[in-house]
Amino acid sequence: MATSMVKIESVRKRFGHLEVLKGVSLDVPPGGVVCVVGPSGSGKSTLLRCVNRLETIDAGRVWVDGELIGFAEKGGRLHLLRPEELCRQRQEIGMVFQRFHLFPHMTALENVMEGPCTVRRVPKATAASQAMALLDRVGLADRAGHYPRQLSGGQQQRVAIARSLAMNPKLMLFDEPTSALDPELVQEVLQVMRDLAASGMTMIVVTHEMGFAREAGDHLVFIDDGVIVEEGPPREVLSRPRHERTRAFLGQVL
Amino acid sequence: MTELPIEAVKPPRPGRLVAAALAALAMVWLVYTVIVNPNLHWDVIVTFLLDGRILGGLWITVALTALSMVVGVGLGVMAAVMQLSDSPVLRGAAGLYTWFFRGTPLLVQLIFWLDIGLVFPEIGIGVPFGGPMFLQWPANELITPFTAALLGLTINEGAYMAEIVRAGIRSVDPGQREAAESLGMSHRQILRRVVLPQAMRVIIPPTGNQFISMLKTTSMVSVISGAELLTVSQRIYLDNFEVIALLVVASTWYLLLTSVATVGQRFLERRFSRGH
Repeated sequence: MATSMVKIESVRKRFGHLEVLKGVSLDVPPGGVVCVVGPSGSGKSTLLRCVNRLETIDAGRVWVDGELIGFAEKGGRLHLLRPEELCRQRQEIGMVFQRFHLFPHMTALENVMEGPCTVRRVPKATAASQAMALLDRVGLADRAGHYPRQLSGGQQQRVAIARSLAMNPKLMLFDEPTSALDPELVQEVLQVMRDLAASGMTMIVVTHEMGFAREAGDHLVFIDDGVIVEEGPPREVLSRPRHERTRAFLGQVL
Repeated sequence: MTELPIEAVKPPRPGRLVAAALAALAMVWLVYTVIVNPNLHWDVIVTFLLDGRILGGLWITVALTALSMVVGVGLGVMAAVMQLSDSPVLRGAAGLYTWFFRGTPLLVQLIFWLDIGLVFPEIGIGVPFGGPMFLQWPANELITPFTAALLGLTINEGAYMAEIVRAGIRSVDPGQREAAESLGMSHRQILRRVVLPQAMRVIIPPTGNQFISMLKTTSMVSVISGAELLTVSQRIYLDNFEVIALLVVASTWYLLLTSVATVGQRFLERRFSRGH
């Protein structure tokens, strides 16, 4: 287990009568970049949200860096974690959303400072200089004083990535980070993600960007109808899909 | 390139012209009849506008409004957070509170609070369910018209504010909460740092309305002799029979207060729409 940064084992998730995940298992080594693709409604976003417990799971286990997510195992029984322990686990897991979800009442700089200041109680001056460095890293140092509404979608998403990185996460989750962007803004976000992957960050990326999956990913997972249909090295899966459903899906998006 | 200026002739609007003339005429006539009316006693109005008793009543009105709004907003936030809680007991308690106090007339509540001594002759601190009392006072000493007014207005206001705050909290995109959760923020931190500041945009305009209407609602306290603006005006006209003049004095002050409050509301709305 220590060799995996993320280990997902037989996870099941139901919304009412609809089973969205029907026993999904996945291993991500430290520094690994896993891209998850699949048709909409296939369960790929839900799988991602189960990793930082934005969704509770109905069966299975999720470990991040060897630690069971959402539960503590004591005397052979599972105990639900107390809220503050869940908060501590989430601090280690960054998440980037399709629709950015920047805090609209804070400037870009304040957005990036919010996690360290409020959660980690880092002094304001320290947090501000770290936040400036992160904004610089995503190429937005000159936009620090802007409110989210004054930024383009691509800029907002890069601020959102910086906001997650400010917590020094072990793992970054990306939930269709470029799907809400105008086509000409996609590349600036993907470039930040490529740099992040190259720096050794462990990443799980739900995406429709097959180009990104091919170049930056080292593992590709195709999910359909709540199960992993096919997985392997991105180039192999993308150029020689073995399953009919993968071929049909790739035929539509490529 | 040639400049093509536009100096168009407006089409005639005879209907609008006639309507405006009629409205202007009606207003002039109304003002005229009021000014020349000998029954209005303008000299009395001017004398009493700055009368010490009137100013004392004005002060009580402002104090009642400010105190019951501040505590009422606090109660409202608490009840709203309870109503959005996962616990059915907390939800039920908050629901019962808003249901009861929005469902009974404020006038009845005010009279009830003044006469609470009839139900609970002694009020104090002690062990509930008939246990020993550590401190207690006779209700008749504790409950003055002012404290009864304060209780009635505050608790009533809290019930209305609960609904306003709840609507404000629910207006915040659930994605905001998720983004804050994934940073590892606690429920309390999310509420204070992310949800409430955004809910304020939705909460402030109706709260301003509540404040303005509270300035006028305090006049209801006159039924329990609350010593506020309307009560003191009534006391004076029962003495000198200048009923209309003193009602004009009171209304002038109410208008002034609500106008100032409206300006304050504009200012707050701008302050809390940062980033929008």
